[in-house]
Amino acid sequence: MTIQRSSWGSSVTSATIASPRDYLQTQMRWRWSEIAFWFATLLPFIVTPDYLLLASQVAIAALFVLSLDLILGFAGIVSLGHAAYFGVGAYTAGLISKWGWGEPLTGLLIAALAAGVFGYLTSFIVARFRHLPLIMITLGIGLLLQEAANSASWLTGGFDGLQGIRTWPIAGRFRFDLYGYTAYGYALAALFVIFLGARRLIHSPFGLALRGIRDNSQRMRAIGASTYSHIRTIYTIAAMIAGIAGAILAQSTETVSLEALGFQRSADVLVMLILGGTGRLYGGLLGAIVYMVARDQFSGLNPQYWYFWIGLLLIAVVVVLPNGLLGGLTLLTRRSKAAS
Amino acid sequence: MPPIFGVLFDGIAYGMLLFLLSVGLSVTLGMMNFVNLAHCSFAMLGGYVTVTLMNMLGWPFFATLPAAFIAGAAASIALERVLFRRFYNASDLEQCLLTIGIVFVSIAAAAYIYGTDQQPVQLPAFLRGSIVFAGLNFAVYRLFLIATALIITIVLVGALEMTRFGAQVRAAVNNQRMARGLGIDVDMLFAITFALGSGLAGLGGALAIYLVGLDPSFAFTYLIYVLIVVSVGGLGSIGGSLAAAMLLGVSDIAGKYYVPAAGSILIYLVMTVLIILRPAGIFGRR
Amino acid sequence: MQRLLCGLAGCALTLLFGAAAADAQETVKIGLIMPYSGQFADTATQMDNGIKLYMKQHGDSAGRSKIELIRKDTGGIAPDVAKRLSQEVIVRDHADLLGGFVLTPNALAAADVSAEAKKFMVVMNAATSIITTKSPYIARTSVTTPQLNHTLGVWAAKNGIKKIYTMVSDYGPGIDAETWFQKGFKDGGGEIVGSVRFPVANPDFSAFVQRAKDSNPDAIYIWVPGGAQPAAIGKALAERGIDASKTKILGQDALSAETALKSMGDAALGIITVAYYDYNLDTPMNKAFVKAYNDEFHRNPDFFAVGGYDGMQLIYAALQKTGGKTDGDTLIAAAKGMAWDSPRGPMSIDPETRDVVQTVHIFKVEKVGGELRNVEIDKVPNVKDPGHMAH
Repeated sequence: MTIQRSSWGSSVTSATIASPRDYLQTQMRWRWSEIAFWFATLLPFIVTPDYLLLASQVAIAALFVLSLDLILGFAGIVSLGHAAYFGVGAYTAGLISKWGWGEPLTGLLIAALAAGVFGYLTSFIVARFRHLPLIMITLGIGLLLQEAANSASWLTGGFDGLQGIRTWPIAGRFRFDLYGYTAYGYALAALFVIFLGARRLIHSPFGLALRGIRDNSQRMRAIGASTYSHIRTIYTIAAMIAGIAGAILAQSTETVSLEALGFQRSADVLVMLILGGTGRLYGGLLGAIVYMVARDQFSGLNPQYWYFWIGLLLIAVVVVLPNGLLGGLTLLTRRSKAAS
Repeated sequence: MPPIFGVLFDGIAYGMLLFLLSVGLSVTLGMMNFVNLAHCSFAMLGGYVTVTLMNMLGWPFFATLPAAFIAGAAASIALERVLFRRFYNASDLEQCLLTIGIVFVSIAAAAYIYGTDQQPVQLPAFLRGSIVFAGLNFAVYRLFLIATALIITIVLVGALEMTRFGAQVRAAVNNQRMARGLGIDVDMLFAITFALGSGLAGLGGALAIYLVGLDPSFAFTYLIYVLIVVSVGGLGSIGGSLAAAMLLGVSDIAGKYYVPAAGSILIYLVMTVLIILRPAGIFGRR
Repeated sequence: MQRLLCGLAGCALTLLFGAAAADAQETVKIGLIMPYSGQFADTATQMDNGIKLYMKQHGDSAGRSKIELIRKDTGGIAPDVAKRLSQEVIVRDHADLLGGFVLTPNALAAADVSAEAKKFMVVMNAATSIITTKSPYIARTSVTTPQLNHTLGVWAAKNGIKKIYTMVSDYGPGIDAETWFQKGFKDGGGEIVGSVRFPVANPDFSAFVQRAKDSNPDAIYIWVPGGAQPAAIGKALAERGIDASKTKILGQDALSAETALKSMGDAALGIITVAYYDYNLDTPMNKAFVKAYNDEFHRNPDFFAVGGYDGMQLIYAALQKTGGKTDGDTLIAAAKGMAWDSPRGPMSIDPETRDVVQTVHIFKVEKVGGELRNVEIDKVPNVKDPGHMAH
């Protein structure tokens, strides 16, 4: 995959690009590797139909990572509490279904709305901070929400998890089967559609402004960009996407429990994103695939001590491939091109 | 006794434990900006060293404490030399990934070597139970914990304020580049403070077993508490860490005593509000 | 002509392989879904040990079936993962039945799979009453929380305790335990003078113990999950100067677990717990079990281990009865009403609820030969789950 890191000056010089609009247009162009990637996502249906359930949860994780990449990779907001929005989406979808409306697509929309509202409200706090305080505030929001969900067990079912979720078949035809055909198809479709939206967003002037804020927020303010409102907007969008990811998990597994909001989930998604490489959209997807598949394989081989191998994998990636898997790959392909 | 004293006493003792576990991370994070999420792995190592020496070799509890300190320090020196040193200029995120990897490895290694069960420690009789003083009931172990942490604080603050080494450390925390420019060997300084901080974590891990137990998930469970203390206290500030740890310890215990229904909400709420009000830590300037 | 040949060849092949398959032992695969890593890893370790010991003692064949285990790690409380793993072992690894299940949320999620795929599922620990109602193919070989705590409540009222303060972890199992203990105690005529619920992830109990002490009860009832917490709460009791010989301390099995007693020291003396199993049970069968367990794993079994051991007993016996048939309907029919002698004493599977019926033991911590042990002081035979009756 040769997706170029799209930031000012690094890969594009002002001599070749006449205007920002042209720059954005070159960035928008689809590369063959991208098209190949999306075709490859259909392979599990044919090649590994036994692994569709895993594939569906990889797609959900990828969607969740994508939402984190939007705020971390493109706006510099490091979050240790991103699962809060995932969980709000999951519980919303679960509750709607429990209360008698199990239609998945509308459930998804309502969940996205709920997570978005929560994201918008919290964005007023989040947008004011950077660095360690920001990390800790997001962590605090996540932990507080989890405690609140535990206390409100009349609503959330508490520790035992929400009981009684029943998802209706999609469009009245495709029910969520034991093999995961529907689950993977559903999650993949959602991932692809939202990815298209995200791709468009980051290659828009708004996306450029975000990257400007990430790289130097003071200078952006100096040139008149309203950094706070930009950050609030992208944070709300990311919260909605995280909520959708949570909702898909809730609908496809018909379970939600407190760990949907937990620190472990927030940490996992961060690890997946850094592993794949931040600020590249595809990095997060790759990170989710590698991390989830490695976990599944390692824990299948060694259910008790698989953490050891995952840990080694993470260390090895940091040591060997700076900027994550995708960064490393880009570097390698560039080197081989330069050599030839 | 009036509950308020008991709540304060227990909270302070718990806070002291949090302080010992976190102070090392605060200083090293402040100086090098190196995000070491594996800090609690060193604490866990200290705990396991104490357990091994007591239960298998029959050492007395007090003799194992220096050993726990040394083990934490030695392990950190080794890791610093081999791995961390190469990543001081890497991004925060890569440092996170690297050290989380180390946490995973340490958890699996501990589970492999010691098994997954809780490690028991049997303290000498005079440390268990409680003494009555002026009509108040004090748990001996908590008194011991407070005394130990206070002594360590005094030594640390003294060393930082009075010695040449301390002056260099303060200079490096305040402005690393300037300190380098003045000819201070910041790398060396950092290696030493890193070892000291990890040693203290090891000691904290050993002292924590009696209060909160020890199993392989320790390295992950206490990470959150340590991060809270470090960020609320402000990077590189020993006084800040101490104050933050006590504040959190007391508010945790007080919250549980007076509003048990709110549970852990209070400690997280206190943390979040404090950071919103004082992003650079309670005594922070930067 | 060609088609005929093919058809003939097909017939021959079917005959050949069909005959061979019928002749050879059929392999029965059991998908074990447990938290092998993470916070609850030790519970899975002990349960797995119980399973291993059973298979070592009874061979890896049950009747005509060869038993094969497929272990899957949920990494802790993760119903979405537990559900996926249950589905995967069935569709990918072709597991014939499901087993394990330490944690209630995970068991509830897997129950859906058991119901949909019509697979026999043996819950070897998770103790919330409703689990067995979620699928008609579930049987349980551990215990239910009401079974123990209701019994203890009634027992306490009968044994001269008038006023009790209860303190429990603020989550599903703790609240369940509180509800049923209080019900049993009040039914017996006792009075609850106060109660408190503390957060699940709670490292320091001193504040709560102080609260309990301040209300001057005859006894304090405590429910905490196993792991680090029993020891921590025991120490808090000692530090607050609560003497178990004056203010009685009541609780469920985990409170006086072996490691908890070791780190509490003499502070634990006098603690009264209710349990369905403890390694100190004084029966010849249990003594042999504890010895075999120690020879193999160099530690004592606990209730997780015996839950796994009896889970395998149920699976083996059911498979023998069905002659190797593994569909859910046949297996659950075979399991219903099955009774056997376990290291814990006589036990059976209630044919109506598919839940466990067993003797409930009351233990007291005493010093035996210089060591702290749980000594049986009373028992109630043939206890059914009161939770099911309430539904």
